[in-house]
Amino acid sequence: MNTPDSTSLIIGVGNLYRSDDAVGILIARKLQDRVSDHVSIKEQSGEGTSLMDSWQEIDRVYIFDAVSSGGSPGRIHRMDASREPIPAKFFSCSTHDFGVAEAIEMARTLGQLPRQLQLYGIEGKNFRPGEVLSAEVGQAMEQVVDEIMELVSPF
Amino acid sequence: MTKKTIKVDYLARVEGEGGLYIKMKDDAVVDVKLKIFEPPRFFEGLLRGRDFKEAPDITARICGICPVAYQMSAVHAMENALGVSVDGPLRELRRLLYCGEWIESHTLHIYMLHAPDFLGYQSAIHMAKDHKGIVERGLKLKKAGNQIVSLLGGREIHPVNVRVGGFYKVFNKQEFEPLIESLKWAREAALETVRWAAQFPFPEFEQDYEFVALHHPEEYPFNEGRIVSNRGLDIDCSEYEDHFQETHVEHSNALHSGLKERGAYFVGPMARYSLNFDQLSPIAQEAALEAGLQKECRNPFKSIIIRSIEVLYACDEALRILQSYEKPERPYIEVEPAEGIGFSCTEAPRGILYHHYRLDEQGKILDAKIVPPTSQNQKTIEDDLWKFVPKHIHLSQEDLTWQCEQAIRNYDPCISCATHFLKLDIEHS
Repeated sequence: MNTPDSTSLIIGVGNLYRSDDAVGILIARKLQDRVSDHVSIKEQSGEGTSLMDSWQEIDRVYIFDAVSSGGSPGRIHRMDASREPIPAKFFSCSTHDFGVAEAIEMARTLGQLPRQLQLYGIEGKNFRPGEVLSAEVGQAMEQVVDEIMELVSPF
Repeated sequence: MTKKTIKVDYLARVEGEGGLYIKMKDDAVVDVKLKIFEPPRFFEGLLRGRDFKEAPDITARICGICPVAYQMSAVHAMENALGVSVDGPLRELRRLLYCGEWIESHTLHIYMLHAPDFLGYQSAIHMAKDHKGIVERGLKLKKAGNQIVSLLGGREIHPVNVRVGGFYKVFNKQEFEPLIESLKWAREAALETVRWAAQFPFPEFEQDYEFVALHHPEEYPFNEGRIVSNRGLDIDCSEYEDHFQETHVEHSNALHSGLKERGAYFVGPMARYSLNFDQLSPIAQEAALEAGLQKECRNPFKSIIIRSIEVLYACDEALRILQSYEKPERPYIEVEPAEGIGFSCTEAPRGILYHHYRLDEQGKILDAKIVPPTSQNQKTIEDDLWKFVPKHIHLSQEDLTWQCEQAIRNYDPCISCATHFLKLDIEHS
């Protein structure tokens, strides 16, 4: 993975009032306070077409999002979306929704993917209404933030 | 005797979320259970004890697709409780913001979710491989709506510029100029969208619905109007709870809304259109008639044409507002806290969104009640499935499941209000 730099964008995806679903946004907010001003940070609800707009003309994009793929809570899935398709288990599995995985694959089809796109999916446990992260997800959040800070620290 | 079960679970691991269950015995449907939407009870609790000014921004968080609708219903209900009326250019700006949200929300549904059904594609991604230009047109059209919401709402996701009494910041005419150019293109693209959607093959499925929508004599409804129906309902928003009730349904955590006297009813674009055709602008009326629609439409599969017409109207209305816009003297009217009860209904993209608040003398929220459009349509969607499935019983399990999903998709159910990803399991038995 290349280091985030002046053409990098960090996107936190989620819903602050859906417990573990907030983790992507909370990661983005933690990074906001710590990364260099040359890295842009955005928050998104996860609606796919807005996500596609947000990364236009950006070279490197890092997306953080909660996922529910059947893995153990707190597990961190690291995916290099610019090199390979997002596995089916991360899709909504329903055309009622056009979310993060759909946006990435639509952008690939239309030739609108950023040169580099890294997706961090944090396996959630509880998605009921609420404002508290599960302990496992909270730990994963800290781990992801530290990992990204190591990449950013030369700046 | 043959038994067939269709089960579609959304968010399979998440308790309380939606799903569809249909059971058939021989060629008859014996059970339909739909639980597709969880009412926003958490937010009603969250609002208690908060200042009246916080309601627009808190309720905007309920939905990533239609935050403006929640903000608009919240500000109108608070202004109703506190005896304030917002008119002139500030009222026009509220309509403009709503135009932006309708364009975004409807275009997303038309191009990314609904059109693939009619063209035989599994998803919009598959459709884009064969129809790249059309999908790109849809994305650009949606962006015209985003631009309105981003500028006037202060930001694209969960806009922050709306307040009780008006806006935090208003703009000069010059600042809106880039929007005018983009909307002129969007209006043409919307017209092409209507013509494109009108050619799709539609199943024969005319139903005898009770349509419920806002109605205003002089304008197609966004923020204001009486709640009317095609069966004689004609009430003020404050009378909503006298006529509508939510009933707990055993198979679902959700509540089903119904008219106390007549049961299921239909809200959303098709109801709005059928009750307000005369209030559409000439370009939208002409496009509707050219597309082969009458002044009333009762086939929910044709809702994709109606959404296209509403996008066309929203582009046209946004241009009208921008071209006659004069910056208001003040961005908002000062609103003082007081004890009161307030009601409002506004037209969210998916239909009427009801808010009701009770405030104490300091303007703190004592109670809140929110009824979103998708929860109002749940019973009607179930009724559609009861009638739709027997006509398609000859299909394979897989095709029938897909057709049932389409029948639900006609309503553009706002599952996004729940959370941003969904799961679906299909069980055959």
